[in-house]
Amino acid sequence: MGEKAFFTKDLSVYYGEKQAIKKISMDFPSREVIALIGPSGCGKSTFLRSLNRMNDVIPGARVEGQIWIDGRDINDPATDVVLLRQKIGMVWQKPNPFHKSIYENIAFGPRYHGIRDKKKLDEIVESSLRKTALWDEVKDRLHRSALALSGGQQQRLCIARSVAVQPSILLMDEPASALDPVSTAKVEELIAELKREYCIVIVTHNMYQAARVSDKTAFFLMGDLVEYDTTQKIFTNPSHRSTDDYISGRFG
Amino acid sequence: MVTRRELDEGLKQLQDMLIHMGDIVEKALEEAMASLVNLDADEARRIVAEDPALNRIEEQISESGARLIATQQPVAKDLRKILAALKIASDLERMGDLAVDIAKAAIRLEGQTLIKPLIDLPRMADLVKTMISESIRSYVEENVDLAYKMAKDDDQVDTLFGVVFMDLAAIMVENPKSINQSMLLSFVARYIERIADHATNIGESVVYLVTGKRPDLN
Repeated sequence: MGEKAFFTKDLSVYYGEKQAIKKISMDFPSREVIALIGPSGCGKSTFLRSLNRMNDVIPGARVEGQIWIDGRDINDPATDVVLLRQKIGMVWQKPNPFHKSIYENIAFGPRYHGIRDKKKLDEIVESSLRKTALWDEVKDRLHRSALALSGGQQQRLCIARSVAVQPSILLMDEPASALDPVSTAKVEELIAELKREYCIVIVTHNMYQAARVSDKTAFFLMGDLVEYDTTQKIFTNPSHRSTDDYISGRFG
Repeated sequence: MVTRRELDEGLKQLQDMLIHMGDIVEKALEEAMASLVNLDADEARRIVAEDPALNRIEEQISESGARLIATQQPVAKDLRKILAALKIASDLERMGDLAVDIAKAAIRLEGQTLIKPLIDLPRMADLVKTMISESIRSYVEENVDLAYKMAKDDDQVDTLFGVVFMDLAAIMVENPKSINQSMLLSFVARYIERIADHATNIGESVVYLVTGKRPDLN
């Protein structure tokens, strides 16, 4: 494995009494795509959300264990959550652009983090849209509402919005499940492009998508990390029977 | 427990076709050897004529495998089972071709008498026949021990091949008029030995299917 983007150590999340994920320790390499798979309720989304402290806002949620990024445990109370979420971007299942123009959707983050210079903002908007292969499609209507874009374009805009604040890690929760096959293919292609710069962690119910886009795959079951290995190994010769059964569509 | 009826039925069909191919190859080898031992050219011609049937089953296996991969997106062991089936079908098809080569040798010997009674060649062929049926059984039962046994059996066949070849070489030295027939019989020994290699390949495919690892048994 190359350089590590971050790692978790004995990470557990409880919702009230219920332990949703159980002492998960995982290393996440830089510039690779890591897919989290498993049946509903296995803890993969909980795990993903804990990586930029989205579970903080869920009443009754409690996190134990550590998540180390850049030499710091992000669960440390002193962590600035806003800065954390700049570093670790999140893309949701349904595209959720702001009710603003395409330009403002992208410029919002950088401006929030203190960039006021118009020229600099223009540059960020263009480079973010180029990185997400949207530039050519929207460059003539940057100041029109983002809501007029198609679902697939909106999702790529949301990815561009995450990229605009220069994160090092992108979390994606089912980023293509609400998209048609063509838009899905575009998002998958984009993931392959973006991993040159970022560590991407993706939760997906679509196993074949996990197989297509990821370098490593982690299989979760009832809060446990059953198996974490290269995607090739997981999909051709997994070590655990339950992994084989799940990816073969024989339970779940 | 969720089942995958379409995929499971497809896998079962592949297996049934492989068993069928194995039976045909085993019978072809047996009959080709009988046609050689009895120098029965008519019987040999019949064996040659039957080969296309085996090729057709191989094509069917290839098409079914492609269809299952395209429509069922098999992964892990299901995928390995299909990949193994395709490889095994191709080995069986080659084994069938080699049995045909033996029959063709019988045709070329039409009208001659044998320079010696054939003893070791039928012994080799019997060993190899057992290998064919056991290799297919190792696939059906996913029996790794039986798959590894192919390597041992193959060594025995190789030893016998050496003996046969030296015998025939000695006959050629003693009696240059026998060179033609001796060469032909050496080829037959070689064909049988090649069939054993393919049976050993089947063993390798079975080990891959079960363990995901590719051993070298040859």
